[in-house]
Amino acid sequence: MRTNGSRVALGVWTGLVTVFLLFPIVLIMVYAFNKATVQSWPITGFSIKWFTKAWHNQEIRDALWLSLKAGLLSTGIAILLGTAAAFAVHRFRFFGREVVSFVLILPLALPGIVTGMALNSSFTVAGIDLSLWTIVVGHATFCIVIVYNNALARLRRTQSSLVEASMDLGADGWQTFRFVTLPVMSTALVSGALLAFALSFDEVIVTYFTAGAQNTLPLWILGAIRHGGSTLPQVNVAVLVVILLTLIPVAISVRFARDTGVLRRR
Amino acid sequence: MRPKWKRLASLSAGLALVGATAFLAAGCGGGGGGKTTTGNDSNLPQSIGKGEGALNLVAWEGYTEAQWVKPFEQQTGCTVHAKYAGSSDEMVTLMRSGGGGQYDMVSASGDASLRLIRGGDVQPVNTDLIPDWKNFIGVLQSPPHNTVDGKHYGISLQWGPNTLLYRTDKITPVPTSWGDIYDPKWNGRITIPDNPIQIADAAYYLSKTNSDLGIDDPYELNQEQFDAAVNLLKEQRPLIKQFWPFASDEIELFKRGDVWIGASWPYQTNILQADGAPVKDLVPSEGTTGWADTWMLSTKAKHPNCAYLWMKYISTPKVQAQQAISYGETPANKLACADMDKIEKGSCAKYHANAPTSYYDSIKFWKTPISDCGNGDTNCIDYTKWVTAWQEVKG
Amino acid sequence: MGNGLARGEGVSVVAGGRSGWAARRLRLSAGLWRRPWLRAVALLTPPAAWFVVIYLAALVALFVSAFWALDPLTSKIVHSWTFDNFTQIFESSTYRTIAFRTIGIAAAVTLTCAVVALPFAYFMARIASPRLRTILFVVILVPLWVSYLARVYSWKLILAQDGLLNWTLDKLHLPNAGVAYSSWAMWIVFSYVWLPFMILPVYAAMERIPDSYLEASSDLGARGWRTMRSVVLPLVFPGLVAGSIFTFSLTLGDFITPQLVGGGKQFIGNVVYGNVGVAGNIPFAAAYATIPMMVMAIYLVIARRLGAFEAL
Repeated sequence: MRTNGSRVALGVWTGLVTVFLLFPIVLIMVYAFNKATVQSWPITGFSIKWFTKAWHNQEIRDALWLSLKAGLLSTGIAILLGTAAAFAVHRFRFFGREVVSFVLILPLALPGIVTGMALNSSFTVAGIDLSLWTIVVGHATFCIVIVYNNALARLRRTQSSLVEASMDLGADGWQTFRFVTLPVMSTALVSGALLAFALSFDEVIVTYFTAGAQNTLPLWILGAIRHGGSTLPQVNVAVLVVILLTLIPVAISVRFARDTGVLRRR
Repeated sequence: MRPKWKRLASLSAGLALVGATAFLAAGCGGGGGGKTTTGNDSNLPQSIGKGEGALNLVAWEGYTEAQWVKPFEQQTGCTVHAKYAGSSDEMVTLMRSGGGGQYDMVSASGDASLRLIRGGDVQPVNTDLIPDWKNFIGVLQSPPHNTVDGKHYGISLQWGPNTLLYRTDKITPVPTSWGDIYDPKWNGRITIPDNPIQIADAAYYLSKTNSDLGIDDPYELNQEQFDAAVNLLKEQRPLIKQFWPFASDEIELFKRGDVWIGASWPYQTNILQADGAPVKDLVPSEGTTGWADTWMLSTKAKHPNCAYLWMKYISTPKVQAQQAISYGETPANKLACADMDKIEKGSCAKYHANAPTSYYDSIKFWKTPISDCGNGDTNCIDYTKWVTAWQEVKG
Repeated sequence: MGNGLARGEGVSVVAGGRSGWAARRLRLSAGLWRRPWLRAVALLTPPAAWFVVIYLAALVALFVSAFWALDPLTSKIVHSWTFDNFTQIFESSTYRTIAFRTIGIAAAVTLTCAVVALPFAYFMARIASPRLRTILFVVILVPLWVSYLARVYSWKLILAQDGLLNWTLDKLHLPNAGVAYSSWAMWIVFSYVWLPFMILPVYAAMERIPDSYLEASSDLGARGWRTMRSVVLPLVFPGLVAGSIFTFSLTLGDFITPQLVGGGKQFIGNVVYGNVGVAGNIPFAAAYATIPMMVMAIYLVIARRLGAFEAL
């Protein structure tokens, strides 16, 4: 590893992977300016007409708004329940603890179509109309796991003596939570929440089964991809706009990753 | 509107019911399809009440364009929500989901409509409340795919033929027969829809080329006829570049030259030609199958007044013309012709909106295959088997 | 806690001090501290209730319905126990082929992601400067925020017959790659979309290896490759397995990518989705869905043994 040759080789590989990861995204951004309705290569003309069309498309706005609502609500639930579960599993040795930690992995580990189908048929049996709330239930189920994982990983790396010291110094449970545990946890929670939100915002398969007559942004995109015609080029525009908006949470993630030593400053 | 917490409470209460035992007792899945409440004429509404403020639709993409949805919302106060379905099968499932009350209406194609009727998922409508219904083309007033025992389960909307689409720069001479999509000459350059109803297209071709089989109606096939059609498709399978699940797939396949010839709808041709791709379509000498869509009313519709208002609105000549041109299909309303020409000159003739009755008779409209053969026999192959066979064809 | 305490606070403020409230709070927290089981119950009940009532009940119900059947005449579900769905799956070569194809491609994707991610994560964690590391971190995060559908669609444009890939090959006077609408396309696209899910846990594991381990290894005379194999790989292995849970499971359950780029080659997800769609044959769909459930269950048990859960 210390040889220059392998360093260069690794660097080249990393560069290639970077291109691989980003190239399709750049292509989407380029196609947003494509003049043609049917997308093909090479691009023969550029235009910003799809921006105008997308801007005036009420469906895109509704879909974006619904996705934001669903993402925020499920992330909120996930933070509450995921953190609680992480504390419980970390602190206490109780009967069935292993089972709990196993079950909590399932929503991520089982294919989305299983989760979606299962939730869909139970909503049917229970006579619940599909709505924003059923989408939130579907998303929260896997978002909880994301937050749980992040929180648990942080707790494992935190000295439990911190809490004991706080209590010894006379702080009560609430104060300890507020002034010791929470600050230690906060960055892990924020990055967990961001990841949970990102997954919810982009989720298609579970959403497909839990949404009623309402379209989240991914569902709208799926529809546009199926339909083709003049809605399809607007997908590129919508995605481009979302990428630009996304720079904010990405910047936050990076910042927190740095503060917490995930990204070390050596 | 119930307050949010109440909805939440009922949500969690409902969820609590979903214990496995409750599940066993209540029965799973097929959901609301259960109750067959095919109302009778005396139960039909005699007037349209005030709109309920919302309308939940299961629709094809492109069927709820702002161009005509917005004026409707402004006129009636019914806010339209649409769930888009990718296939007829999906439409059927969506209409059954959530016990059936989730959606008010569905723009079902002929290969789904009978399934919905027989499943009790849709209810009869009073066509007297739809003034433009009497202006519909004769064959679309009471077609067998949406009218059973004289009861109208919805109103026809638009229709179109299944056409033969080809690349003019690659395919010469101009194809004249459906035989071209079964021809090894175009090996690897053929596409057909990814839809079990495509078996009917194979059967239709056989009905014209192999009279020994005695195929009369491509949707009512006995075992021998069905096997012959499936075999034809299995022989065709290696020649196929790609089954197109969605219209956009076929558009791209043709645009990029992945395929040169295939079964299509006029919609794809329109988009491709507008984009300058060298393609043309035609109805081959054998004639063709076609689809016709119906706005159907859910048995448990929560917004029936808005639904009636929608049916009334969507069948008016102007809206019919708008949708026809926007999507590239033919309106059910004869009077739409003038409006079509106003929007796009010559479009009425282009989409055969003014064609004589004989033209419609040459098109075999999609309908759901059921075991009842329509001639007293009940040994016809039903749709479930079509689906299984189709998966084998593709597998 | 909320209401009672808030009211208590109001009263004690009027009384001129916070002692009443503080005392009660202290008592409560001390009580909780002394009875850990009470805290455990309080913490665990809401998430456990969510999972048991909503998620597990639904899963169990789905599994149970796999043993029911669909009446072919009425398309209604018949609640009588039968193995017909499973028999049909095992006897039909079509369904077997689809299951093996899905599992095979999922395995190939997982392997590809692992091979691609390892050097990347190593470079990022151990060689890159802090600045470069931050940039690479963004490189992994950005795809997670860009619509999965749009990225798959982008690949469709790249891989098409007249797409960007063949256009480039043409310019280089190389033969066309006929990968449009094939299993190859699915392999490439899946590897692409799930790669960040592999890189993240592998990077995290790589990052946690103390420098001293590597130095010790080198001091003991191990050269690059040997250190890699005997020190780095075993230490990042749990991260690798954790990442593989994502890549494997996400591929296993997908039905949209096969629809968009697979050229009619079906996945388990497509059959399940198709059957849920067709006449609501949930029993059959559920029966077929037990295959990925079983595969994942086995996978998870192995992953747990390998300590991957700590690295998720």
